[in-house]
Amino acid sequence: MSSAAALSWFARHEIRLAWREWLSMMTGSRGRRKRAIIALIVFAVFLHLPAYAVVGRFADLQAPIGKQELIVITASIFLAWALMLSQAIESVTRVFYARADLDLIMSSPSNLANVFSVRIAAIALSVTGMALLLSTPFVDVLVIGGGARWLLAFGVVVAIGLTAAAVAIAITVFLFRLIGPSRTRLVAQIVSAVIGAGFVIALQIAAILSYGTLSRFAVLTSDAAAAYAPDVDSPLWWPARAAIGDGEVLSWLIAGGLLLLGAVMAMFSPRFADTAVRVAATARAARHGPRATVFRGGSRQKALRTKEFLLLRRDPWLLSQSLMQLLYLLPPALMLWRSFSETSSAIVLITPVIVMAAGQLAGGLAWLTISGEDAADLVATAPLPPSNVIRAKVEVVLLSIGAIFGPLIAALAFASLTQAIVTALGVIIATVSAGAIQLWFRVQAKRSQFRRRQTSSRLATFAEAFCSIGWAATAALAVTIPIAAVFSGVMTAAILAATWKISPRRT
Amino acid sequence: MHLNRSALEVRGLTKRFDRPAVDALDLTVRAGEFYALLGPNGAGKTTTLRMVAGLLKPDAGSVAILGVDALADPVAAKQITAWVSDEPMIYDKLTPLEYLEFVAGLWGIDPAISGPSAQQLLLSLGLEPHLHERCEGFSKGMRQKVALAGALVHDPRLIILDEPLTGLDALSARHVKGLLGDRVRAGCTVIMTTHILEVAERMADRIGVIAKGRLVAEGTLAELRQQNGRTDTSLEDMFIALVDADAAAA
Repeated sequence: MSSAAALSWFARHEIRLAWREWLSMMTGSRGRRKRAIIALIVFAVFLHLPAYAVVGRFADLQAPIGKQELIVITASIFLAWALMLSQAIESVTRVFYARADLDLIMSSPSNLANVFSVRIAAIALSVTGMALLLSTPFVDVLVIGGGARWLLAFGVVVAIGLTAAAVAIAITVFLFRLIGPSRTRLVAQIVSAVIGAGFVIALQIAAILSYGTLSRFAVLTSDAAAAYAPDVDSPLWWPARAAIGDGEVLSWLIAGGLLLLGAVMAMFSPRFADTAVRVAATARAARHGPRATVFRGGSRQKALRTKEFLLLRRDPWLLSQSLMQLLYLLPPALMLWRSFSETSSAIVLITPVIVMAAGQLAGGLAWLTISGEDAADLVATAPLPPSNVIRAKVEVVLLSIGAIFGPLIAALAFASLTQAIVTALGVIIATVSAGAIQLWFRVQAKRSQFRRRQTSSRLATFAEAFCSIGWAATAALAVTIPIAAVFSGVMTAAILAATWKISPRRT
Repeated sequence: MHLNRSALEVRGLTKRFDRPAVDALDLTVRAGEFYALLGPNGAGKTTTLRMVAGLLKPDAGSVAILGVDALADPVAAKQITAWVSDEPMIYDKLTPLEYLEFVAGLWGIDPAISGPSAQQLLLSLGLEPHLHERCEGFSKGMRQKVALAGALVHDPRLIILDEPLTGLDALSARHVKGLLGDRVRAGCTVIMTTHILEVAERMADRIGVIAKGRLVAEGTLAELRQQNGRTDTSLEDMFIALVDADAAAA
């Protein structure tokens, strides 16, 4: 086989793997391809509604456009780029740590630089492909409202996808050099989470500090932002200009993206093999625990709780996920701090944000403790009733949520005791709901499958999300329009009851 | 040895998946006995042992462990039983000592007893240099030894092992066999499935051969040879003959 044929063969292999991985994520490894594709189409059609709400008003924009519009469009493109970068970092990390074929590839007589170049290109392709898929409803809305010139926005997505992949590889390899392979995995996951959420949160924080609102647009459309922004002919606005139909700028952007990715491939592909070898060596290196040798006493449930807390503390995947949840709490915490010095009706917004975050975090924790049991046989053969095992695990979820959200609710009590009580009740109910859904839909899984937990039961995932949103809305209404809270609460309880009715534990 | 009462009594044990996996199985293992359960792949060995350990609910039949009805009072039965599967299920993020502390806590063992016992077990399995290392970097053999130590730390009266020697090197296998032999000599009962017939031949007091969910032969090595009609035949030859005969009869 010639070198070119071998490369094309390997590229096909990579694309097939990426496709099957994606399909497995969508179907929960159950091979329901048709259903997954139908669900995806339905979801994409449904996504046109929020897309219309977000970008519908920009469809009539014509070049030349003013600074404020340029800022808003550029910020939106930067947000998309940040999310793509976050996904790309995660993909690059997985190539080093989670792909089981590295030994096979590295023991083969292939040119490793070429093989890893293909792998980098595959990462760029999958990141860009996913972004194209998600951006389609938004571009559709713009094309329908403003004409075919908006189709060039797809080109912008491709250009930023290429640069996101290139920057992700550079960041990950830089982390390897800086802190070594053993810490890179955790740090890369945290960086990926921070980048994904950081931009939105930073805008919210700026909005709170300047205008006392959670709206990001308040900052972007402000005179202050326009005053600090560069002139309209600056290259900073190229992505925005390309998106609204400037074909020449778009060609430059795509060429720049390709050039950057090519440079990264040329620079890092030959070193990928060394990095992979170092990762493999690190995976076998010992990580030490505390040197205490005296066993602690206590009940059987205490032994379970101690084990769960220890595993939660030592789980890098969970750490990055939790960090995401906690990052989203920064803006409301800041708003709370502001409200101590001045009266602001916006403080009401804190309640749904906290309740929503608690519900989501509780869902993740409940999955890890209830379903993600690495030694399921051991626990099942232990001499204690299954109900005691479940109780101990649920206690871990409740205590963790209490430890995270308790201080925030206590601070809220100083601003408004009633709102603090409502928020506390909301947090408890959202946590119990999320825990109950995980109990009803529990499966036996490894903790390492946490990333795929949402694919194991679509129904549980949607029920968890709807309940979190429902309880958040109920809590918000309880502090503003109490009678409406009754309706919202009943509706959310009905969703929960319906979920229980069709759950596998009941049927 | 204390062979005067049954450590395990299984009567009419039945489990169906899409076909019968265990078919009205009767099995008696005496207290203080090393019992090897042999059979080809898919014969129903693991399903049988998982039902005995309380991991799987039988469709019919009864299981009694040292006189305790395991289906009516599973907690009491589990208190005196240990289960080790061929795929060691341990926590990557815990050290062997932390794992054993957790297991001892689950079985409600006094820390003053379980602490020194855990250290002694890990020492005898050659894991002393790794006491404070997280299990995530361990080889399969080391993980299997940690799982075995976990099974022994609560001093069970009945130890059920499903292919415990899979993945172990010769030295580790010798450690494990030595440890199991010591336990049997101390009055503990061991039931083990294995595909390594030489181990069954050398270690087991009695051997049971299972095929298609039914016990097709049982006895000491000498008794099996007698049933087979040849005194000089190896266990491997007898096993193949028994399984072939059962397949031909079906």
